[in-house]
Amino acid sequence: MLERLVKIFTSLKLTVVLLGLGLVLVFWGTMAQVHLGLYKAQNEFFRSFFVYWHPAGADFGIPIFPGGYMLGGLLILNLLAAHTRYYQPGKKKIGIVMIHLGVVMLLVGQLLTDVLANESMMHIREGQTKNYSESIRKYELAVIDTTDPELNTVVAIPGHRLARLGEITNTNLPFTIRVKAYYANSSVAQTNEPGYEEIKTSAGMGSGFWWRSLPNETRTDRRDMPSGIVELTAPKGSLGNLFISSFLARPQEFTYAGHHYQMTLRPQRYYKPYSLHLIRFRFDRYPGTQIPKNFSSRVRLQNVETGEDREVLIYMNHPLRYDGETLYQADWDHADEKGTILQVVRNPSWLTPYLACVIVAAGLLVQFLTHLFRFATKRRTA
Amino acid sequence: MNKLFKILPWFFVALFGTEIVAVMLPKKSDELHWREFGRLPVLLSGRIQPFDSVARNALLQIRSTGDVPLEYVTNSVGKVEAWPGWKFWHHPKKLKSTQWLLEVLFKPEVADTRPIFLIHHPDLISELKLGDKGIESSGLRYYTFNQIEPVLGDIGKQAQQADDVEDARRTPYEKQVLKLANAVTLYQRLKNSVEPEGTHNFADLVQDYKASLPAGIAAFQAKQAGKKADMEALDHFSSIARQFDRMASMAYPLIIPPLDPKPDRNAWVNMGASLLGSIQTDEIHPAVAYYASMATAYSHNNATDFNAAVAGYKHWLDPNFSHEETKGRAEFYFNRIKIFLHATIIYIFVLILAGGALLTYGSFPGLSESLRRSAFYLTALAFLVHTFGLIFRMALEGRPPVTNLYSSAIFIGWGACGLGLVLERFYKVGLGCAVAGLAGFITLLIAHNLALGGDTMEMLRAVLDTNFWLATHVVVVTLGYASTFVAGTLAVAYVVLGIFTPILKTKVGKGATAAKASVQSNDVNIGKALGKMVYGIVCFATLFSFTGTVLGGIWADQSWGRFWGWDPKENGALLIVLWNAIILHARWGGLVRERGLMNLAIFGNIVTAFSWFGVNMLGIGLHSYGFMDAAFKWLMFFDATQVVLIVLGLLPLHMWRSFQTSSPAPSNRSGPGRGQKPAPAGA
Repeated sequence: MLERLVKIFTSLKLTVVLLGLGLVLVFWGTMAQVHLGLYKAQNEFFRSFFVYWHPAGADFGIPIFPGGYMLGGLLILNLLAAHTRYYQPGKKKIGIVMIHLGVVMLLVGQLLTDVLANESMMHIREGQTKNYSESIRKYELAVIDTTDPELNTVVAIPGHRLARLGEITNTNLPFTIRVKAYYANSSVAQTNEPGYEEIKTSAGMGSGFWWRSLPNETRTDRRDMPSGIVELTAPKGSLGNLFISSFLARPQEFTYAGHHYQMTLRPQRYYKPYSLHLIRFRFDRYPGTQIPKNFSSRVRLQNVETGEDREVLIYMNHPLRYDGETLYQADWDHADEKGTILQVVRNPSWLTPYLACVIVAAGLLVQFLTHLFRFATKRRTA
Repeated sequence: MNKLFKILPWFFVALFGTEIVAVMLPKKSDELHWREFGRLPVLLSGRIQPFDSVARNALLQIRSTGDVPLEYVTNSVGKVEAWPGWKFWHHPKKLKSTQWLLEVLFKPEVADTRPIFLIHHPDLISELKLGDKGIESSGLRYYTFNQIEPVLGDIGKQAQQADDVEDARRTPYEKQVLKLANAVTLYQRLKNSVEPEGTHNFADLVQDYKASLPAGIAAFQAKQAGKKADMEALDHFSSIARQFDRMASMAYPLIIPPLDPKPDRNAWVNMGASLLGSIQTDEIHPAVAYYASMATAYSHNNATDFNAAVAGYKHWLDPNFSHEETKGRAEFYFNRIKIFLHATIIYIFVLILAGGALLTYGSFPGLSESLRRSAFYLTALAFLVHTFGLIFRMALEGRPPVTNLYSSAIFIGWGACGLGLVLERFYKVGLGCAVAGLAGFITLLIAHNLALGGDTMEMLRAVLDTNFWLATHVVVVTLGYASTFVAGTLAVAYVVLGIFTPILKTKVGKGATAAKASVQSNDVNIGKALGKMVYGIVCFATLFSFTGTVLGGIWADQSWGRFWGWDPKENGALLIVLWNAIILHARWGGLVRERGLMNLAIFGNIVTAFSWFGVNMLGIGLHSYGFMDAAFKWLMFFDATQVVLIVLGLLPLHMWRSFQTSSPAPSNRSGPGRGQKPAPAGA
């Protein structure tokens, strides 16, 4: 039994089958992007163990095809097993071993990136300074105690917690937040349009508007706009129902027990040990056209901890790598071209593909040279 | 006979060589120096280009051709039609792109009678009630501006509606309406690019404008200050200025260079803007004066004055804008010689000759070798011509070879041709030449069709504006495409030759030719040789596509902070790597032999075609160039042919003429599916 298992896992047949399944998966996952969008297709096909089929109306899925993690994992297993079993000491196969080691590193590196990497955005207007970036997809409900003008206390509740509804308590909050409704993507209207329902709140902004739930956004250039209704309850009773929404431009404000609070549903924030001040954003076009030639942001980078204070130019193909993050020019304020949007990528394993490439390249070189050498000696002896 | 066989190859080389030289030699000037005008540099789409390129690309957008035929015939039912293509002995007269542009600019009343507006959607033709008008050519209908002028309002209205529809959801009808509306706009902009449309004597108008400037401005200032103004002077001045203002907003190319190239030599402006700028400077730009003379001379049919004005303007450009002049001249030359068209013609002959060489390989060795040699020499000539075109384009653009889909087609053809030449050196049977001929012909045909969209040297958008990554990632990945296609083409040859001819079993010595074949016991047959070639090229393709894909990942990490993002174009490249890896591992594992290898290699064509064209049709992702529905049909057609070939490849061996045991020379009893040991891993 074990022997058979070993035989299967060390066979080239399995390699071919896995590569074939991989081919189908990549093709399918690419086609699926047309309807699902890049992000969702990535999660369903490549960042998963199985591709699921969801029967219409059902909230469960049936696994119908191996996902990216499954195939990648099996390939690594197959590769390691085959190389261990057929390993021959000596120089003859060293090139082949190196090439495959590099491939394993690429696969592992991609897995690490999936698990460890995080992408967020930093939107800075000219003259503005920011020390945080914002999530592209995740939201948080921030409850801010603004009583002390010098120091705000912030309690941030992640969106996925809100989606579970129910009561949320926190030692820093003297009241309980009861989530009564939460739509991960929503639309808000001023009139009673078909499919919309009235927003029923008892305090703050929101009453008199209409809202509805929407499916998750699939286009990469749009984002979900969540909304919800929360009730704040204190030991003495309810403080009322409040509307929370990413559509609201200003936070909801209220006072309780002598404290002033602001509450806002905003993109999740990641605070940095450094700050960026946008000096100037530039959109260069080719002469006499609207064809973009370059986008660039001149920023001032300040880090209080290290005492760093310098100017950096971030432009196309030249991101800023700092503090383990890569900040690249991703977008800009289209209306007045006076604000920049930087993509912030934290990817602790960013070096693995580079290392893998070096190993593969060296392996190919060794393989090629040994062949050449063998060919040359054969010729001489012939 | 033998002597004839020896001469034949040289005859072909001399024939095609002479043709190429004749094309490349300078042309004699006509009485009117329109070519000199066509070489003049202007700024359009962000780059310096000659008037000729403006004209060609505009014509391509309006008429989908690079010139305008002038001769027509009236058919039996009295309809005007284009000169029939099968009467090849007569070259119907044509307006070259620059000649057409000169008419549009300076004799719009003549240009309005040229059938240039292409409408091929029958619903649109009937909607606009144009059915009985226009000229028909190969099922397409061309209309003059005069014919469509009465329905311009309708076109505008329909285009407005089509414009509101999201790009991907537009029907062919809506796309056609938009295209027509754009063509009309472009045509009208061109008409107002040098002089206000319909001006009879532009030189006089400019003089008049200059003379009226001081009084006009004084009157304007007096009126602003509330003082008594010379209203007559003001009216006269502003009636001219209004025309120029309209030109400033309509003109297409920027034709007036900056007076001083020092601060910004790209600060070109259009004619109207320059004339309005004279209000501040009180001076007429010298270039304006030269263009005004050209306009007047042309509309008065005065070739002497026209030539003098063009020469004068060139003389003015010489000291400060010689670089731009050189660019204009070079690009004009490149447009004129149509180098890739001539390469295509040679490739067709290569294909025919190499096919002949293959079919006669066993039966008529002398003839076969002569044809093969002819094909080989012509392939070398075609490769030379192709390389010349490729390098010329690179120099014009100042870029590595591949910058867009069009140039990728050119480059894939070039790479495939190079590989074919190398293969032919190894196995002298004509296979390498056949591959070179077929790949060169098809890729250049694809390139030709891609070029119908307009400018193929457009500026590169922001993130692509990096010669380093274009020279490394893009070139290597494209070579990966090319080699996968070459492997696939060889496999197609294997299947077709194997089933329909007995050629595969013919023995061939490595490096030996048909004429000097001294069959030795260790010689392989052509089928085996093909197997070795395909295997070697798949190795090569794996290397290139893997390296190219990884380089792409590094580029992505450098510019976006991530190595891999599952973007469709990235996935397309990955599919090729995966497929080549599958072929290699299947072969090393002994899962496939010769025939299986061939079928896998043919499927590689489908994978590569998807990655090259298919992903662009998805219209998503960072790499997408936009949806191309005409190309989609062709892609499906191509895929279907490949599937048919694979099915053929799966036919049982007794149906293959090359493997029928009843044939007189059973040189290879083991057949392609048996008896061959799998090569060791990594071989």
